[in-house]
Amino acid sequence: MNPTLYKASTELSHGASMLISNYVFPNDLHVHWSMMIVLYPYITGLVDGAFIIAALYYLFDVKSLKPIARFSLLFAFAFLCCATLPLLLHLGRPERNFNMLLTPSPSSAMAGFGYIYAVSMGVLSFIVLFVYRPDLVERGKKAKGFMKLLYRALTFDSNDLSEKALALDGKIIRFLVGLGIPVAAVLHGYVGFIFGGVKANPTWSTPLMPVIFLFSACVSGISAIIIAYIIIRKIGGHSVDSDCIRTCIKTLTGFFILAFSFEMLEVFSHSYLKTGYHHMVEGLLNGPLASSFWLWQVKICSVIPLILLGCMAFIPLKDAIYTAISGLVSAILLLQVFIMRWNVVIGGQLMSKSARGYTEFHPEWFDKEGIAAVIIIMLIPFIILFVLGKIFPFWAEERKSGIQ
Amino acid sequence: MIIKDFKVNKSCVNEQLILSDEKFPLDMDKRDFIKKVLKGAIAGSLFLVFPMDTTGGGNFDKNSTLKDGISTFDPTIKLPEEIPEIRDRQYDIYKQNFAFIVDITRCIGCGSCCVADKREYNVPDGNYRTWVERYIKDFDDQVYVDCPNGGLDGYQKPRTDIPLNARDTFFVPKLCNMCKEAPCVQVCPVGATFISPDGFILMDSDRCVGCAYCIQACPYSARFLNPITKTAEKCTWCYHRVRKGLLPACVEVCPTGARKFGSLNDENSEVYKILKGPGVLTVLKQSMGTLPALYYMGQRLEVV
Repeated sequence: MNPTLYKASTELSHGASMLISNYVFPNDLHVHWSMMIVLYPYITGLVDGAFIIAALYYLFDVKSLKPIARFSLLFAFAFLCCATLPLLLHLGRPERNFNMLLTPSPSSAMAGFGYIYAVSMGVLSFIVLFVYRPDLVERGKKAKGFMKLLYRALTFDSNDLSEKALALDGKIIRFLVGLGIPVAAVLHGYVGFIFGGVKANPTWSTPLMPVIFLFSACVSGISAIIIAYIIIRKIGGHSVDSDCIRTCIKTLTGFFILAFSFEMLEVFSHSYLKTGYHHMVEGLLNGPLASSFWLWQVKICSVIPLILLGCMAFIPLKDAIYTAISGLVSAILLLQVFIMRWNVVIGGQLMSKSARGYTEFHPEWFDKEGIAAVIIIMLIPFIILFVLGKIFPFWAEERKSGIQ
Repeated sequence: MIIKDFKVNKSCVNEQLILSDEKFPLDMDKRDFIKKVLKGAIAGSLFLVFPMDTTGGGNFDKNSTLKDGISTFDPTIKLPEEIPEIRDRQYDIYKQNFAFIVDITRCIGCGSCCVADKREYNVPDGNYRTWVERYIKDFDDQVYVDCPNGGLDGYQKPRTDIPLNARDTFFVPKLCNMCKEAPCVQVCPVGATFISPDGFILMDSDRCVGCAYCIQACPYSARFLNPITKTAEKCTWCYHRVRKGLLPACVEVCPTGARKFGSLNDENSEVYKILKGPGVLTVLKQSMGTLPALYYMGQRLEVV
């Protein structure tokens, strides 16, 4: 027999024999990281993406994003407040969570979470307070009792709204946003690294993982801001700023092209390099994940938005139509990122380390990490946003003075 | 072994000498002989009628205690030391070097090791500190692997769902690999899992937060999240027994010597002789770079 042909046939038979028995290691039958760990990178992704929009305005002076810059900050803040909830629900012993901060193991990527999260929260909180300081000062003057005290605390007891003071505020905001970009990148890139650093799992173990997570984070965050902006404005009977939407969509297009390219590059690399476990990865994507990966993540939620985004970029559209398609594209992309997280986190665990079979995952409705818990956690940021909206006005034109 | 054989031979020689020294050994009266047999039978049956006193007398009195009317017996005191030079000595934790060897060619898939392990640690159902896999290769070179209930019930019946006749079959016991570069230790965010200076990967269940990162990181899937304690758990090579000079429970019960454990500091230990000998030993998933201290003899290409 031709040596090449022989090699190919033995490889094929070896690969086939690897898969034929569908043997899953006894401890691999259970999927340990379930929906809460899907939700966690999804939420931090929304935070990152929303922060990018704010950064584009406050640091890079993209003026057209002004209407949503402040809202993006609040949106990011509301979701960042809930980023730890899925983790706490996931932990077997949540009461020991502070051990990660108090006695971290320096060799562990996960041990950094508390610190990175705390820094992100600190930076974002200060940015929000400085951006809103003029509003808070004005509101503080009118408030009484406890609210007056609250406003004093939130404004650092400084009611100086002179031009000089506002200019200093501007400088501080630019500095904090500048600091916030690497912090946000680390927050989410690090989440990707949590997965990318697991060499035991061939679908996770790639240096592309943090990059994919980062870009898809930007996609989900920007999409969420676009949808939230359109919906909240429409509900309130206000107009939607067309320029703003167009800039958002352009930014979204750029990030989505990058995210999708890297997602496909990862699959292509597995397929082309044919590393030790490629038959398992191939079997995973064409087997248990055939529907959620190829059909939903790639065809429905990536190719269709790409076509739509292409149309929006090259065909002149009326503002109303453009806005409507923007909402549609954003909704699909929000779903795309969620499915992508699902396919990475849960899909990756369906593959047993026996390299011989796949386990199954069936989400439960009423479980600590069930569907109902996911829905509740995803509702909490909107409740926080609603409460925040009572203190911090969402939109720029609702205030008369201060930093624009 | 040579010394042992010599002793046996020597004792045989002595016995022969004693026998030859006896005067008229076969010249015994038949009646006397029957009397002696009857006395022996009656005396023996009395032991069956009267239960042995477990609270006093006999060999067990020193190690037995009567608590709430129940006799308890501390087996570690009377059990012979299985790992030399540990008991009644100062344990220098920095100078120990242990190894575990699994001889695939000897495993018969009886599942005794799994049962011993489950009983030693009260492992919850559906989770496994150790398990035994069954490999079957047919005449088309297709490999069928299964591990029902982790091999706890033993492989008593052949598989009937294989279309072709089995050409070859073997069993592979699996357990913690005690990696020298352990990914589980690296990823644990709180240091709940750690490498002890004597080379054991251990778990501090009082510190574990139950994040399951170690479970993801272990290439051998040797870890699980205990559904009762909600903390990660794994095989420890019975560290508590080893520190008492006893073999791990699974090694202790293995009827064929498929599981071997010992100190590499002891040049007379079986593991030392195997590891320093010319035989072929392999580790699982070598490409992972985890440097396991668990070695396999007779390892097959099909085993992952």
